[in-house]
Amino acid sequence: MREIKMEAGTLKKARGSAMVEWGRNKVVAGVYGPREVFPKFLSNPYRAIINAKYAMAPFCSLEEHGRAGPNRRSIEISKVIKHVFENNVVVEEFPKTKIDITMEIIQSDGGTRVSAIAAASLALIDAGIPVRDIVTPISVGKIAGQLVVDLDKDEDNYGESDMPMAFSHRTGELLLWQMDGMLTHAELKQALSMGLEATRKVRAIQEAALKTAFENAAEACEEEGDSQ
Amino acid sequence: MTSVISTVKAEYVKELSLTGKRVDQRTLMQMRNVRLETGVLKNAEGSCLAHFGDTKVLVGVKLDLVTPFSDRPDEGTLSFNSEFSTLAHPEFESGPPNEMSIELARVVDRGIRSAEAVNLKELGTVRTADGVKCLGLYIDIYPLDHNGNLTDAAALAAMAALATTTVPSLEGNKLVRDGSGTPLKLQRLATTCSFEFVGDKVLLDATDEEEAASLGRLTIGVTDDDKLCSGQKSGRNGIKPEKLAELAGIALEKGRELLKLIPSR
Repeated sequence: MREIKMEAGTLKKARGSAMVEWGRNKVVAGVYGPREVFPKFLSNPYRAIINAKYAMAPFCSLEEHGRAGPNRRSIEISKVIKHVFENNVVVEEFPKTKIDITMEIIQSDGGTRVSAIAAASLALIDAGIPVRDIVTPISVGKIAGQLVVDLDKDEDNYGESDMPMAFSHRTGELLLWQMDGMLTHAELKQALSMGLEATRKVRAIQEAALKTAFENAAEACEEEGDSQ
Repeated sequence: MTSVISTVKAEYVKELSLTGKRVDQRTLMQMRNVRLETGVLKNAEGSCLAHFGDTKVLVGVKLDLVTPFSDRPDEGTLSFNSEFSTLAHPEFESGPPNEMSIELARVVDRGIRSAEAVNLKELGTVRTADGVKCLGLYIDIYPLDHNGNLTDAAALAAMAALATTTVPSLEGNKLVRDGSGTPLKLQRLATTCSFEFVGDKVLLDATDEEEAASLGRLTIGVTDDDKLCSGQKSGRNGIKPEKLAELAGIALEKGRELLKLIPSR
């Protein structure tokens, strides 16, 4: 796996935030809410609605300048990420409200949605929004006939298959699963178990980042207490 | 957006599913009657109207000369689009494609592209006064009657439309659509199988009422040589990896039956 660095509480204004550096990928995630929904008819009387926005900055890739604003790819990715957190956040606690999750890819190198989900889950927990678990993502793919975890951009482009996924370790369930390229049934099974295994390492990094953020917050509180 | 009536029906679907039953008497893993009509349009280079029970999805294929992508200069192109016409369902609204429509087109695209059904290198390039051009295949998905499972109906219709597509002949820098074209060659066939998660049950080929009762969908792309070629989990359900692997096995089996419906030339 590539080197992964995570930090929670990166931004001041957002209610919760996180920064993830996953190999050469860099993602900043921020969370606002629960807050009022406009227009009101879009709200749900039984639960909070999740608004997820995944976006790639125009300067994020090694290639040409990208276009700002949503495209078909980012709309689809935002939709499946929204579904991940509709399952993960205890949305029943906050009827008629919305929770906004924004994920900005500021540098991309393959596996950006995976990095974005890792960051978004930390940002939600940093915001103190009740969630059922940490969401831990990974991608598994096939290159030259071999199944491998954590594809980078070249591996994705020249590989035969790519399968991003996200797990909740508490339930052992997949909250995100997508696939392209060709695999046999046996390879699918193997890829899923390789993915679950690899996410254990990712989850440890997520837990460490949250621990650091909460320790820092606790220290800040104590210092405030001493000065009074 | 869902009406009171659809909420009541959704509750009924959920209740029935507890006993393993469905509103239309099917078993949980039973498909509706599936029928394909190919060549329904004379002006399009390929077309198919797929019937999945009462669901009707029309797919039209057109070919044009287009500029190849800079990272694949020797290949033709595939573009999928879907248009949710307001005639297909009371909840469809006019306006730019929404996320459902975009997702549908992209899931159908992924299956057929990943399966390498069309050999894009074989489509060839032409040198014209405006630079190098290649053949671009446009696959447009038009749901006409949405009674559930648009994804599988669209995927099978798209594959059948491509399987019956005629590539217009090239005269100089122009495509000539005078019936002198050649059949589009395919390397492989692919389609999708979609499952809906209602309560703790999984339903194949769901109706729109069943979709309204569902927490989420799993779509698995399969090929006629028993490979898995695409996947999409959509919705707020979670899936155990073992369950996913089990459903992939069912998708392979059902997909094989569906692909047999595509006429061979």
